[in-house]
Amino acid sequence: MSLSGAWYLGLAAVVFAIGAIGLLVRRNVLIMFMCIELMLNAANLTFVTFARMLGDIGGQALVFFVLVVAAAEVVVGLGIVVTNFRRRETTVADDLHSLKG
Amino acid sequence: MLHAAYLMPLLPLAGFVLLVFAGRRFGDPVAGWIGTVAVAGSFVVACLVLGGMAGLPVGQRLFVHNYFTWFHVGGLTVPVGIHVDPLSVTMCMFITGVSALIHLYSVGYMKGDPDYAKFFIYLNLFVFSMLVLVLANNLVLTFVGWEGVGVCSYWLIAFWFHRDSAASAGKKAFIYNRIGDAGFLLAIFLIYEKTGTLQYTGGPGGGIFGQLHHIGGGTATAAVLLLFLAATGKSAQIPLFNWLPDAMEGPTPVSALIHAATMVTAGVYLLCRMNHLLALSGNGTEVVAIIGGVTAFVAATIACAQQDIKKVLAFSTISQIGYMILAAGSGAYAAAIFLMVAHAFFKGLLFLAAGSVIHGLHGEQDLKRMGALRKYMKWTTWTFTIGWLAIAGVPPLAGFWAKGNVLENVYSHYKVLWVLGLLTAVLTAYYMSRLQVLAFGGEQRWDKPGPNGEPARHEPHESPWVMRLPLVILAVAALAGGVLNLPWAHRYSLEHWLAPVFAGALYDNHLNSGSLWALALADAAAAVIGIVVAVALWRGREVDKPRFEPQFLQRVWYWDDAYDMVIGRPSQRLATFLAWVVDARIIDGAVNGAARLVRTTGTATRRLQTGYVRNYALGIAIGMAAIVLFLLSRTWWS
Repeated sequence: MSLSGAWYLGLAAVVFAIGAIGLLVRRNVLIMFMCIELMLNAANLTFVTFARMLGDIGGQALVFFVLVVAAAEVVVGLGIVVTNFRRRETTVADDLHSLKG
Repeated sequence: MLHAAYLMPLLPLAGFVLLVFAGRRFGDPVAGWIGTVAVAGSFVVACLVLGGMAGLPVGQRLFVHNYFTWFHVGGLTVPVGIHVDPLSVTMCMFITGVSALIHLYSVGYMKGDPDYAKFFIYLNLFVFSMLVLVLANNLVLTFVGWEGVGVCSYWLIAFWFHRDSAASAGKKAFIYNRIGDAGFLLAIFLIYEKTGTLQYTGGPGGGIFGQLHHIGGGTATAAVLLLFLAATGKSAQIPLFNWLPDAMEGPTPVSALIHAATMVTAGVYLLCRMNHLLALSGNGTEVVAIIGGVTAFVAATIACAQQDIKKVLAFSTISQIGYMILAAGSGAYAAAIFLMVAHAFFKGLLFLAAGSVIHGLHGEQDLKRMGALRKYMKWTTWTFTIGWLAIAGVPPLAGFWAKGNVLENVYSHYKVLWVLGLLTAVLTAYYMSRLQVLAFGGEQRWDKPGPNGEPARHEPHESPWVMRLPLVILAVAALAGGVLNLPWAHRYSLEHWLAPVFAGALYDNHLNSGSLWALALADAAAAVIGIVVAVALWRGREVDKPRFEPQFLQRVWYWDDAYDMVIGRPSQRLATFLAWVVDARIIDGAVNGAARLVRTTGTATRRLQTGYVRNYALGIAIGMAAIVLFLLSRTWWS
């Protein structure tokens, strides 16, 4: 039995919503990062789904770009988080307000 | 000899330059002597030029020469050149002569002043400017001299500028003169527009006087009235006369030289120089005559009630210049010049003698605090007496002839103004006799403290010889000045000498010798009446007679108050309005309002910038949801 594309899209929407809500409600930078990853992968899932539904390889190709960018982002982001933790002993986003006017 | 005339202004200019660079080093009294010698040299040159001109036939007594072009713009070329004719030579003679004497007097008078050298710098520059004014061969150069004497007058009135009154008197004189100068400039523009030239005679087209046929009656009247506005400023006539009494704040030699003998007569000179233009405008000259006559009378009434010895002489000067203007308005230019020369003698004398009194009394100027000076200052008393009799019009002193000459010409044209002139003559004799009696006669009042806390003065002393010598020379001139223009010495009279300058513009004076005798008798009677009344009134012990010194006259017919009310106060109110309403509220309000608008907007919107990532993320999410909904709604409804 094969599931129709709508299920995949629905799953992607649910995952994206979980990611978005997590980003909004959590204050720990690491959790927020994971939520961003959830949203990115939800987007990837829709790309792949549409690629299958429309028979267009472009969607699948785009996923690779997203994965690469996401990996690069995680490298930079986690680097910042680690450095920041060493200096301030916190991973709470709201505490990082020294640039606020 | 006429070509040497350029040396006349150059000598005082050289003195000026020398004193500017080295005056302080020369100091007191060498700087004064340098200035005096420069002007005396100028007088010698003037005598030589006069001699040279007298040797020429009447028709050739004119020397116009352009030395170089000052500027050239469009069709207008303004040269620097001189115009030597009997009129300018006459002016130069008495300007340099009286100036030299007053320089000499100043050597003594200004002794010990911290700005001794500066005084002579200004004085030499003044003489230079005055000679430029009378010798210039075009209106622009005349205007340069006109402004030069104006600025020197300003500097010298405000010479003791640490006194507030002197500083503001200087400003007042300058501003009143500027109003007149505007008239002069407009007249220059108008004349250039119509004639295409600014040179008096000579040059292409024969100069202004050769191009007069281009000037219509109305234009001529406008030009005459504009020139006359300039004259009222410089010569202190109604409506611009108020600055001259205040100008007495300057040192007394300045009052004698600038504000009595020379500069204030520049307006009369200008009218005489432009006599061909005046001849074109009957209405214009009528206005000139009326203003002159009224000024003479008004100023004479005011002089009757002044307390300050210099103020009396100042109003007397205004009154006498009124006579000159009246003469010019009646077409009697020679009479105007005659009175100008005679006035330079006796009024210069009177001011210098008054300066000697002030000097002797250590700065006292109030007539009511003088008295009995005849016992202490013999030279001053005698010379002042001669000046008094001369200005009062007692025959045979200079004033009698000069004033008589003016009045007989006025009589043949404007009978009403003649009556006014005769009344003025009575008043002149009256106020001068009052001055004479209060200062030199009666009992001494300077040795007691005054009612308003004025200190008692030491015993007055006679002035040094450098101050007495000019007094004596001017006294002789005032005594015998009448010989310049005796009615029966026609060929050797000033009128005959000046005739070539005024040819064609002279009204004829159709009086027979009987009327002339009658008029002369009337003048003499006016003088005697004035003197007798004043002596009877003022010789007594009591010197405070408010009935004869009404407030109305002491306050100058409320003339200053009227200007203050009509111009001063409204201007001040307007300025206050502009400063505190327009500037503070509207202009500053707009600027501050713009700033406040930006600040309020900023304060309100900065709350959006919380700095919390989740807030921004929520914003993004809401935005995205809105876009999606929008797109979906478009799909559903289409």
